[in-house]
Parts: sequence; C-alpha cells; structure tokens
Amino acid sequence: MKRKINVKRAAVPAVFLVIMLVLLYLLQRLLMPKYMSDIPEGAMVEEYYRETTDHEVIFVGDCEVYENFSPIKFYEDYGITSYIRGSAQQLTWQSYYLLEDTLRYETPKVVVFNVLAMKYNEPQSEAYNRMTIDGMKMSSSKIGAIQASMTEEEHMLDYIFPILRYHSRWSDLSSEDFEYMFHKDKVSHNGYYMRVDTRPVDDFPEPEKLSDYTLGDKAMEYLDKMRVLCEENGIELVLVKSPSLYPHWYDEWDEQIVEYADKYGLDYFNYEKLTDEVGIDYNTDTYDAGLHLNLSGAEKLSEYFGKYLTETYDLTDYREDPEYAAVYQEKIEFYHEMEEAQYEELEEYGEIISY
Amino acid sequence: MLFTDYSFIGFLAVVFLLYYTLPKKWQWPFLLVASYVFYFIASPSYVVFILATTISTYLVSLKLDQLETRQKEYLKAHKGEISREEKKEYKAGVRARKWKWLLLCLFFNLGILAVLKYTNFTIANINGILEAFHSDGTLSFVDLVLPMGISFYTFQTMGYIIDVYRGTSSAEKNPFKLALFVSFFPQLVQGPISRFNDLAKSLFEIHYFDPKVVSYGLYRIMWGYFKKMVVADRILPAVNTIIQNPDTYQGGFVFVGMMFYAFELYADFTGGIDITIGIAQTMGITVTENFRRPYFSKNIKEYWKRWHITMGTWFTDYIFYPISVCKPMLKLSKFSRSRLGEQIGKRVPVYLSSFVVWFTTGIWHGASWNFIVWGLMNFVVIMISEEFEPLYRKFHARFHVKDKAWYGVFEIVRTVLLMSAIRMFDCYRDVPLTFKMFGNMFTNFDLSAFTAEAFLGLGLSAADYVLLLICLIVILAVSITEERKGSVRDLIFRAPAAWKYVAFGGLVLVVIVFGAYGIGYDQSQFIYNQF
Repeated sequence: MKRKINVKRAAVPAVFLVIMLVLLYLLQRLLMPKYMSDIPEGAMVEEYYRETTDHEVIFVGDCEVYENFSPIKFYEDYGITSYIRGSAQQLTWQSYYLLEDTLRYETPKVVVFNVLAMKYNEPQSEAYNRMTIDGMKMSSSKIGAIQASMTEEEHMLDYIFPILRYHSRWSDLSSEDFEYMFHKDKVSHNGYYMRVDTRPVDDFPEPEKLSDYTLGDKAMEYLDKMRVLCEENGIELVLVKSPSLYPHWYDEWDEQIVEYADKYGLDYFNYEKLTDEVGIDYNTDTYDAGLHLNLSGAEKLSEYFGKYLTETYDLTDYREDPEYAAVYQEKIEFYHEMEEAQYEELEEYGEIISY
Repeated sequence: MLFTDYSFIGFLAVVFLLYYTLPKKWQWPFLLVASYVFYFIASPSYVVFILATTISTYLVSLKLDQLETRQKEYLKAHKGEISREEKKEYKAGVRARKWKWLLLCLFFNLGILAVLKYTNFTIANINGILEAFHSDGTLSFVDLVLPMGISFYTFQTMGYIIDVYRGTSSAEKNPFKLALFVSFFPQLVQGPISRFNDLAKSLFEIHYFDPKVVSYGLYRIMWGYFKKMVVADRILPAVNTIIQNPDTYQGGFVFVGMMFYAFELYADFTGGIDITIGIAQTMGITVTENFRRPYFSKNIKEYWKRWHITMGTWFTDYIFYPISVCKPMLKLSKFSRSRLGEQIGKRVPVYLSSFVVWFTTGIWHGASWNFIVWGLMNFVVIMISEEFEPLYRKFHARFHVKDKAWYGVFEIVRTVLLMSAIRMFDCYRDVPLTFKMFGNMFTNFDLSAFTAEAFLGLGLSAADYVLLLICLIVILAVSITEERKGSVRDLIFRAPAAWKYVAFGGLVLVVIVFGAYGIGYDQSQFIYNQF
C-alpha cells in the first residue's frame, strides 16, 4: 500500500513534467518563424533533410550559390544530382558546419564553395545566423555552427531552445504559424531559390578603399578546415566566385584565393571575369540590378558550370536511373510549375509577390 | 549575474541540487561558498569590500561580547562587595568602551559606503559651490567601484552590530556563519535588510527536502519572475520614453508616466523580493517579508509600514529611536516645550528625528539630490498628515464615511497618487526638472495623452497593453485575495491536487512566452540593485 502511494507521488510530478515539455514543444513549433510567405530563404536549410536520394555535388555558400546555380538544370542537362546548402549571408564557418552536417547523411564527389563570404571574419547578424542555424538538425555540427556564429548579444540556449528566442512572436502570430506548425511547403529546388523577374543593372557605388585587404584569420581557418574535411572524405573541393556586380569583390581578395587554390591544387573560377564566356548579361540576367542572377542567369551559369563538372569529375548521369528519374520527375515538374506561376504573376502584377 | 540571466538560473539549479545532496552539516558552509562564488562572478573586486565589512564587524562584535561577559563576571565576582554607585560607575565605564568600539565599527563600514557611494556626489556639490562663487578651480571626479548590494549588506551588518551592542543579539562566534549572514546570495542584491535574530536560525539549521516547502518556494520564485519579466520589463520602454523626453511628453503624458512608473517599480521591486524569498524558501530558509500589498494603504504612514518594510523598520530602530532618546534631543525637547509651549514644543524632537530619518532614507537610495528631495518630500507629507490628523478625525466623525467602502477606495487611490507623485523624483534627471514636470502635469494637461494613438507612440504595441491590463487584473485579484483570505499558495494547496500543477505550469508558460527577455528587449537590472 505504502509503495503504491510512493509510486503515485513520483508519477504525478513526472506526468506533469512530460505535459509541460509537450506544451513547451508545441508552443515552440507555433512561435518559430515559418518563412513560408515571407523570406523563404529561412526555410531552405531545413528542407535538405527531406531529400530521399543522395547527391554527387554539394554547394555551400551564401546567396551567390542558392540564387545562381540551378540543380534542376544540372539534372536536366547533365544528369548531375546536386544540392545547395546555402542561406542568406552564410558565413564561411557556417558553410563548413553545414558541409560537416551534410556528410552525416551522404558523401558527395564534389563540394563547391562560393568564396564571397571570405570577406567576413566576424559574426555579422543575429537574423542571418538564425536563418542558417535554426534549420539545422541538432548535432555537434549545429553546436559548432552556433559557437562560431554567435554575436555578443546571442546565447547558446536560445538556439537549443528556440522558444526562448521567438517567444516574443506571440503578438505577431498569423494563420500561417498555425498552418505550418508541423509541416512546411517546399520553397526551393534542391536549395535553389528561383526568381524569374528582371531588373536591369543600375549604378553601384564606387568600391571603398580598405585599410587592409588581407582575408581574415577565422575565414581562412574555416576554408582550410573545409579543404581538410573534403580531403579526409575523398571529396574534390572547387572554389567559385559567382558573377555579381555588388558587393565588390576586390582583386586583392581574389589573389589570395588564387594563391590558396594554387597551393592546394584546387580549381577556382571567378565568374565575374568569365561573364562573356558564360553569356551573362547583367541587364537581363539578374533580378535585383546586378546582385543576384534570375532564372535566366542561373540556368546559363549552371549550363556552363555543369559542363565543367561533367568533363572534370567522374559524375554519374542519373537520368538513366529509374529511382532517381522518378524523384527528379517530381522536382522538375515543381520547378517548371513555379517558373510558370512566377511568369504569370509577373504578367499580372508586374512584379513577383508570392515568392 | 542578474536574477533574470540564464546563468543565474543555472547557478541556482546547481546550488539547489547540491544543497540537498551534500551531507546536511555542510549545508550552510556550502551556501557561504555559493554566495561568495556569486559575488566573485559579479566582480572579484567586490569581495574585498564585503570581506572588510564582515571581518571588522566580526572582530568588534567579539570585543563587545567580551566586554559584556567581563562585566557580568566582574559583577558576579564582586556581588555584595561593591556599592551601587561603584556598580553604576563600572557599568558606565564598560558602556563607554563598548560605545567607542561600536563607533569605530560604524565609522569604518559606513565610511566605506560613504567613500564609494558619495565621493563623486560630494565633489559635484563642491564644484557647484565653487562655480557659484565664480572660482576657476574644480575638483576632478574619481573612478570608484561600487560593490553590488553594498547599501543593503552594510545596513544589515550595522544593524547586527548595534543589536550586539544593545545586547538584543548575541555575538556570533563562528566568523563563517557571520560571513554567510552578510553575504547570503539571494538577498545580497536588493535586500530585504534582515536582522540576525530573524534569519540566523533557519539559515544555519539543517534542512531536509520537503516537497511542500520547496513547492511554495518555486511558486514564489515564478510569481516574482512573472512580475519582473512580464510586467516591469514590458512597461519599461513606455516609462523611459516619457521620462527621458520631457520636452515631448508633457501634461497628461507626465501623469501616464507617473502611473506607469508606479506599476513598474511595484512589479520590479516586489518581484525581485519574491524571487529572493522564494529561493531561500526552496532551501527551507525564512527571509523576512518586505511588502504587504503596499498599494492598498489608506495613508502614507500605513504605506511605509507595507512598502520596503525592512528598510522602514531599520531606520526606525536604528536612527529614529536612538535620535529621539539621545541626550541632546531630550534637552532640546525640554527647551522647546518651555519656550514654544507644550503643543508645539513636543513636536520639535519628533520633527527633527523624522527629518534625519527621511534625509538618510533619501540619500541611502542614491547619491543624488533627487533622492534626498524624494526623502524630504515624504517627510513633509507625513508631517502634514500628522498635523491634519485631528481634522481628519473630526471629518470622519461628522460624516461617518470611515466605514464606507467607497471612502476606503478613495483613500487608497489618494495614497497611490500621492506616493506616485513623490516618486517622480526617481524618474526625471534633476530636481528642478521634476518640479517643472509636476507643475506641467496640471498646467499643460489635456486628454490627448489618453488616446490609443498616444499610447501606441510610447514604444508598446496594442498587444502589450492588453497583456499588461490582464496582468494588472491578475495581480490585483491575487492581492485582494491575500488581503482577505491570506496566502494564495495555501488556497491553491487546499484545492484539488491538479490545481497546484495547473497554476504552477501556467505561471511557467506565461513567463516563458510573455516575459520581456532575450534579443529585442533591453532587459533591465532590478531598480533596487542600484541602491
């Protein structure tokens, strides 16, 4: 009898604790931003975990990868399976940890890193950190990414228990927060963020003179860690600088990347210097006046870069593989449906408003 | 480490677990270690000052105890051998020596407080005088460290040494126990100002894990966090917007700011004390209550018996009474009665003692004329109330309103408004501006400050105001219940068992979701941490 009472005494607080944890989890799901109708870039890192097939090429980097390379185009033209693990202002160390995270699930043959983020040597912005890190599944890579990325105002606990960060959204909740509490729509095409609109190139400010053009220690350290990680896993690392007119990529920075690539025998392509070869026209191939490529630009670049990948590395043409073909058929349909929908929106409203 | 920092909550969890898992005889020594770790983390330099206060007080308390013991032994040994006069003379000699030791201890410790807290205030005033006399020379300000909670632990320790001197408390022989009394971490930051006799027993005795006691403590902690994080820190931006922009926010806004600050300070200070008392309670330690629903007071005198109770009783016991009965004051009393007549003469010593009490209360709160004038305004209002007391009595007797509920509400509202108005000296940057804004509240009053548009311009959203209104209703409901039926926790624990979980769980979720903390909020220090 006494034992029964003791068990009951212990069980009630335990049940209470479980209920509290469940409620906190539900509240956390509700309060976290969903990034569905606004800033879809925030939903892209998480989307990777829904992939059912492996990829032979993985891209890591910032907006210059997720807006400039189209994995669907790679597949359609060359049968290359690829995925972009990129997010807005993704810093070099975040790319490293996302690559480390990716290697927990698959081992690609080639990793492509866009070097624009090498200009940053310090954590930059909490909002961008969040867009990269929140979507990562809990792992030592995520902890590493948090530690390397936190600005002074941030706290590790806020990442581990995001409700502590997003609790203040209680007054901004919308129907979207309830609708996407447990399931989200796909917003990207293997990590590619599609935009079909065009904004011709405009004037850009003259690049400022810097007091020191040396790329930062921390950025170089993580680039090197990325190279070592690839070497250890038998992966080829390729460095690229996407075509863009702004932010300015200084020759002095470029020289340091060239030097690094030469030192370790890596391929490095600065597409800012190869726009004619690729066929990029900044008046028709960007959607924001020279910063990021639109679909037209991304497909041109993908066609060009895909040729290099196919010719250089021993990649498989997965168009012949029935399992992959079935998966990619769906992806291709989604890709072209979105393309069509965006063109319709453009025609109707004169601008893209839903993507 | 603020009470609202994650690190403090982590620290607390570790202390709590170790407190109940370590051998029982190590409980209080462990708390001493934890308290010093807490203080050391705040700043290693602080430790020097609290140690100086502890050691000096310990040595003097032993000396006082030794003198008292020797006196007893001497009188016992010479019982029947010495005359009454000789006995009296001997006692006077011992008292004089004790008095010198007490003064030494008070000068040393209050000297530390005075130098660290008031040096720059004194320099600023000297410079002001020099400037008034068109002198070219000015004194430079000095960079001094102000240890966290120094006003609280100094007053608590000085209260102890005075009690030992008076013989109302015996000297603690174990220096480490005294060190824990001085540094007990939950109350180190913002009080309450405990008495040794009240705190010592439960602080040093063994405590076994009692689920009910721990639950009560956790409730109190969460209630404190609710008041601090959901209410005080949420309303803070609106208060700051008004008081930091006196050129923009005038008239009705001054009134809004005044009332918002009253709400903020209540939630902030009582919330902090709830956390303090709750933490102690989870470890079985009883800390003196510091508030008794102060905004239900019907007059200012009652208010000061309900608000910051331990400070009020400290000033009464250690300043008001000693001054009132000291020889010069008794002489003055006699003189004033003979010269000014019984009615006026008897008031002189009371007024003078009260003046000293309120002046020191003001300056204890902060090294600024704002606080001094705030203290003196309390003095003025209390004295005026005293003078009008016969008139009030006549009024109450004539109109029989004292028992009417509406009159009670009127008295409460009047007291809240009065105290809130005096508290404006906490808000505005200097005394002239405070007086100006107080006048402006009436001369420039219009209702535009009470529109939805005006409220939304103060840095809070409509949702924030709805939340604050709900919180106000909850706090009011809890306060009314406690005033009428006693402890709400007792009521919850008497209700069906599920209620205690629902109430606690609800409180935790409310604090986590609606608390104003983390990025996007300027989490503020507790207001009384600064005193």
